[in-house]
Amino acid sequence: MKAAVVLFPGSNREGDAARAIEQATGVKPVIAWHGDHDLPAGTDLVVLPGGFSYGDYLRCGAIAARSKLMDAIRLHAEKGGLVLGICNGFQILVESGLLPGVLMRNADLRFVCRMQHLRVERNDTPFAKAYAKDQVIKVAIAHGEGNYVADAETIARLEGEGRVAFRYCDAEGQLGGAANPNGSINHIAGVYSENFNVLGLMPHPENLIDGLVGGTDGKGMFSSLAAFRRAA
Amino acid sequence: MTALEPEITAEVVAQHGLKPDEYERILKLIGRAPSFTELGIFSAMWNEHCSYKSSRLHLRSLPTKAPWVIQGPGENAGVIDIGDGLACVFKMESHNHPSFIEPYQGAATGVGGILRDVFTMGARPVACLNLLRFGSPDHPRTRHLVSGVVAGIGGYGNSFGVPTVGGSVNFDSRYDGNILVNAMAVGIAKTNEIFYAKATGVGRPIVYLGSKTGRDGIHGATMASAEFDENSEEKRPTVQVGDPFSEKLLLEACLEIMQKGCVIAIQDMGAAGLTSSAVEMGAKGDLGIELDLDKVPCRETGMTAYEMMLSESQERMLMVLDPAREAEAEAIFQKWGLDFAIIGKTTDTLRFIIKHQGEIKADLPIKELGDQAPLYDRPWTTPAPLEILDAARIKPPVANAQALLQLVRSPDQASKRWVWEQYDHLILGNTVQQPGGDAAVIRLGDGPKGLALCTDVTQRYCEADPFEGGKQAVAEAWRNLTAVGARPMALTDNLNFGNPERPEIMGQFVLAVRGIGEAARALDFPIVSGNVSLYNETQGRGILPTPAIGGVGLVDDVSRTASLNFKAAGDVIIVIGKTTGWLGQSVYLRDVCGTAAGAPPPVDLAEERRNGDAVRDLIARNVVTAVHDISDGGIALAIAEMAMASGIGATVKAPAEASPLHAWLFGEDQSRYVVTTPSSCLVDVLAVLAARGVTCFVAGATGGDSVVLPGEKPVLVAQLRTTHQGWLPAYMSGAVDHSDRTP
Repeated sequence: MKAAVVLFPGSNREGDAARAIEQATGVKPVIAWHGDHDLPAGTDLVVLPGGFSYGDYLRCGAIAARSKLMDAIRLHAEKGGLVLGICNGFQILVESGLLPGVLMRNADLRFVCRMQHLRVERNDTPFAKAYAKDQVIKVAIAHGEGNYVADAETIARLEGEGRVAFRYCDAEGQLGGAANPNGSINHIAGVYSENFNVLGLMPHPENLIDGLVGGTDGKGMFSSLAAFRRAA
Repeated sequence: MTALEPEITAEVVAQHGLKPDEYERILKLIGRAPSFTELGIFSAMWNEHCSYKSSRLHLRSLPTKAPWVIQGPGENAGVIDIGDGLACVFKMESHNHPSFIEPYQGAATGVGGILRDVFTMGARPVACLNLLRFGSPDHPRTRHLVSGVVAGIGGYGNSFGVPTVGGSVNFDSRYDGNILVNAMAVGIAKTNEIFYAKATGVGRPIVYLGSKTGRDGIHGATMASAEFDENSEEKRPTVQVGDPFSEKLLLEACLEIMQKGCVIAIQDMGAAGLTSSAVEMGAKGDLGIELDLDKVPCRETGMTAYEMMLSESQERMLMVLDPAREAEAEAIFQKWGLDFAIIGKTTDTLRFIIKHQGEIKADLPIKELGDQAPLYDRPWTTPAPLEILDAARIKPPVANAQALLQLVRSPDQASKRWVWEQYDHLILGNTVQQPGGDAAVIRLGDGPKGLALCTDVTQRYCEADPFEGGKQAVAEAWRNLTAVGARPMALTDNLNFGNPERPEIMGQFVLAVRGIGEAARALDFPIVSGNVSLYNETQGRGILPTPAIGGVGLVDDVSRTASLNFKAAGDVIIVIGKTTGWLGQSVYLRDVCGTAAGAPPPVDLAEERRNGDAVRDLIARNVVTAVHDISDGGIALAIAEMAMASGIGATVKAPAEASPLHAWLFGEDQSRYVVTTPSSCLVDVLAVLAARGVTCFVAGATGGDSVVLPGEKPVLVAQLRTTHQGWLPAYMSGAVDHSDRTP
């Protein structure tokens, strides 16, 4: 499994993502520069890390979505390559059209950083094999614009195609109320592309890989990815 | 020197915050009348904020050395050796005045400035903390200020990408017109790759890096050195605007060129911008500096030399580069999309020369700009000592269980979760103990080492007795670091006081500094960096004296720290330290009885050290399960906080001779801790304490769903929690007063 973590100006969780990947695969991922034309040869997984690319000025992810390297990433995704966008990476994916919807300001208009439970909606994807379906996992969130919004038709399609990856829930797996940190429609925390090779999510599984620092529920995503073998 | 610049009149001198005798000093120093630009430079260098003219004399008495101190006060930040070739670089700084005028940008640029101080020295920032003091919750402006300051701190730190792991938030009407925003940053560098401001070598290029220069923040430092009056609103244009994105790029670019070995000296442009950074680099290196302002990247057109020299535009740096590495350094800055301009050179003339559009706008002796700044031994008075309050004369107005509920919800003691959840405290994946404990703990890289960090001061003690209050602030920081199992290493201070020209305020300052020095010496806890913020008053009313202390401790193994939450039911609760029932200046007196009286609790520094060393020993021996220091609210509040953090209740037992009981429960005697231990380890714990000559008392046991105070009805932990966590969100969700201007 060869991974590349993309560095945009203003990315700030690229180190956290790289650490989680290295822990799962034993190999340091390549840090790819946003201004490059091509991905490192043989890249299986592209990670768009958290942060404030271009300061989140204009709209979160809007400028990064127009980076040179995004063309190569779009091509990589079209060919079935894996793409994981975390937090600002998710925002970049929706701004670049790789995923539907948009991430609006949190419903209470405040940035929120806390531990958050998620319900794993399906585990038959390269990102979630290590989890059980409906498993409740604890990860971190840290965002000001995580309120997932799409038109009714898009939401219906996402739900119909089973493309909701994770939903915000409480420790018991119950949806709604204070368990939804940002007002996202249907408590959506992450969504897949049509072919389930692109995942965008607001929470940070990469920050939950160590029992000393909050817990290890995030490891499943990276061990799932580490086990992934590209179909020949 | 030039016809275009305004004439220097007595009025112009006064507008620059310079007193007539200070202007005389300038005339004598340069032997002629200064140009307008020169006057601006003097005002920037000689204001209180930059020259420490009222405080310098007293700060000299502080202990700043220890075998592990690499750099004490005088550089951008303090540096200590933490072993394994690593250094910890840290400092705290105030942004009080700008934050009152424009809370979001004022607080944001406060964070930006202190982060820059740390990475200027070659360190990568790994944590931020803060200490905030707001006016009374009833004051119409308070909610707006809390909201803006918290959003500003988060807005900057979150984007920059450093976890904000700790802090302190208090309210008091004495801050109604002058809030305090003190920000602390902590970074890690290699001991052999630390960078300083001292320029070396003649004829070397001086490079300007970072954002462009605009007209923002002109005279910011002068504003910060004056009292507020009814016209302070008009000072909004002197507040700078922060750009954390540029700062993040500046960080990455600076660390990259430092690593490549291109940098000879570096200084960030903070207060008084280009002026103070250039003067500092030259003066420290015994060199002259010549700047050509035509080369300075400007954001606006038509800026004068005066404006460029005094601008406090953010996210800028000045460097002296190795001339052979110029092209390499420039390429790195271009990669990060930052301005890079050679704007001058070092000279052997010891003159500070400013050229603009073919004219010399300033020609001043560089060393004297700093060295010859006025130094005042201001008159000061000692406040009359307050009597020790006889606790027996304080009749409890309510039952003790009711008092406990009142204390957990009162603004100072209520949970600050609403605040710290707006700060990214988890980024970098090393936050072992998050906000809400005695001290935050972060892991260094992959461990096992870590740092413990805290900010503390009890301003009501300082008001009642500045000397004891100063001691207590240091002792409490030391205690908080100890309570997580860390070895306290060094501290940074941020001394916030009123107008030093008033002898009673100067007295508070002098005595608090003495108290800080005494405690720091006794606890081997040197001061390695700091900041003084005076003139914190509005219309003649001073703030509470607030010498904030930022403490740094070293943790040898982050998997073996202690935390305050109870771990299991059935553990034995032990109070370590002497309890006399000291109610003077306690929060019980303030929040339950509605008065303030008596002397604050004194700190016996020998006992402080003895008790703390014992607690650290117990943690190292792995015989205690939870540890919490006892501070505001005494034993009762400490135990309640441990219960709330865990969901496990406790039954509290007081000694038979504890009289009156409410004083034993809520008194604020110093140097104390609550620890818990499994009953199987009790004998060991008591043996360790006895061997070290430490006083202790077995004060009950954990368990159940309630906190049960002696002779009282049980209070459900769930009720305590709801009460504790409910106040701040409820307060903040109230309608914002419409008379308040929103920026």
